[in-house]
Amino acid sequence: MQAIEARGLTKSFGAIRALNKFDLTVPEGTICALLGPNGAGKTTAIRILATLTSPDAGTASVAGHDIARQAALVRGCIGLAGQHAAVDDDLTGRENLVILGLMHHLGRRSASRRADEMLAEHGLADAAGRLVRTWSGGMRRRLDLLASLVVRPAVLFLDEPTTGVDPRSRAAIWSSVRSLAASGTTVLLTTQYLDEADRLASDVVIIEAGRTVANGSPEALKDTIGTRVVVAVEGAADLSAAASVASRWATSPPAVDAEQLRLTARVATGSVTLPELVRHLDAAGVRAQDVSFRRPTLDEVFLDRTGGSARDEARKEAVA
Amino acid sequence: MSVTRIWWPVSDGLSAAERVLTKLRHDQTALALTVGAPVVMVLVFGYVFGSAIAVPGGENYRAFLVPGLFVVTAANITPSMVGMARDASRGVVDRFRSLPISRVAVPFGQAAATAVYGAVSLVLMALCGLAVGWRISNGTGDALTALGLLVAFQIAMTWVGMYLGLVLGREETAAQASILLFPVTGLSNVFVPASGMPAWLRTIADWNPVSAVAAATRQLFGNPTTPANGAWPLEHPVTAALGWTVLLLVVFVPLCTARYARGRAG
Repeated sequence: MQAIEARGLTKSFGAIRALNKFDLTVPEGTICALLGPNGAGKTTAIRILATLTSPDAGTASVAGHDIARQAALVRGCIGLAGQHAAVDDDLTGRENLVILGLMHHLGRRSASRRADEMLAEHGLADAAGRLVRTWSGGMRRRLDLLASLVVRPAVLFLDEPTTGVDPRSRAAIWSSVRSLAASGTTVLLTTQYLDEADRLASDVVIIEAGRTVANGSPEALKDTIGTRVVVAVEGAADLSAAASVASRWATSPPAVDAEQLRLTARVATGSVTLPELVRHLDAAGVRAQDVSFRRPTLDEVFLDRTGGSARDEARKEAVA
Repeated sequence: MSVTRIWWPVSDGLSAAERVLTKLRHDQTALALTVGAPVVMVLVFGYVFGSAIAVPGGENYRAFLVPGLFVVTAANITPSMVGMARDASRGVVDRFRSLPISRVAVPFGQAAATAVYGAVSLVLMALCGLAVGWRISNGTGDALTALGLLVAFQIAMTWVGMYLGLVLGREETAAQASILLFPVTGLSNVFVPASGMPAWLRTIADWNPVSAVAAATRQLFGNPTTPANGAWPLEHPVTAALGWTVLLLVVFVPLCTARYARGRAG
């Protein structure tokens, strides 16, 4: 069964179309990452699926319940951690979780027990009795994640769970998400960090301007870009010979850098092996100094699939 | 199971109320302000204004002022407005809305908690009032009616505050907006009788709900009153105060709960 199934979700805010016939299918027990530049519609998609806002058009079901007609049932099956740490600064960590337990109708005793159990399990027991105001940003985000797990949800929505989080807390959040998925919870997360999607998600959906532009497993997406081959040569004369050799497999004309005496080509993954290429270069008399094969990163897939706006933004973020 | 389910909205509301009260318990500053504000108001207004303002009939200014300050306390929407704006901007509202609970329960619980907190403020204010010469001169029945009216008005104003907090949506904006509350309480008969104001200003003051509740409180406690200036709300202060309270509730409870259930755009 599919944990999340969305068809043609459309939502506009004034003149801005946040989602435009957006489709999404997430199988039960998997981790799906929604990637996209800012304003691509990731948060809107999460908000619609979590029944916080309704779509202008389209349908969706979460854990088998229709988000429009069975919103209350959907809410009974989901957990949500938003972009901010939606925990109360003026309560202790424990009180935050106990009150959510009460709102889940666990009863005071079970709510207290569940709070202690979660805090201990996630290494926050020492801080449990302190006001959250005194906690670090990363600890708050971890508490926020726990707040969405008071009653183990069938489907968990995480909107940028590790944005602005220190590396240690990020690792802790990743391991929590992994173990949740291993025990059957379906996770839909948005992220700006491509390595997060790469390492966590079994499926990646790239979204731009409210539409899906690519989806598949991280490896399958990388395969669509192919492997990058870089050949460094001794002299300018070698460059053109190398280019004609590389053209045999290249999916697009090889790029020649005369200054650096380097040639870059993209080939379909698996179409040629390194020894094979070296043999051909040798046969053509190319004096190669270095030949390397490189798998694309998810960043490259992302930049390849999203438009110029995303590229500029990614560049800005890389500088910042 | 089904029997307990009926109580869920109530228990959800109680959990929401517990959250607000527990937060307050931890927030020493807010607690100090709650305790300190009545003392400061009685002293500053009672003795600073009291030295220069003559109450019609030459009666004690502080006996006139204290019932007015009750209304200022009851009309203080800052805690509910800023609190709700903070919850909205930090995603707390979204979290609660994603829970399988009645979406109406949370604002009701928060209103109940604010009422408890407001009632404590009123008691503190009354103690300060007694210390500076304010007295309950009518019977117990009237005094209890006055208290009930003040608490009801305070609950109504809490809903106004929560609604404005949701609309403003940002804690900082809400904090700035709370400065605008002073004219609302100041443009009334709370501090001075409206008789001396220019006619147009006096009309506003006479029809200000705060004036009606203050006049009703003074009448019920048997304290010095202000001339009605022929304005209907001040000639029938208890009816007018009750009417204003009911009107505010009828308008703002549905507005606020609908807004809470619907959520922000986005």
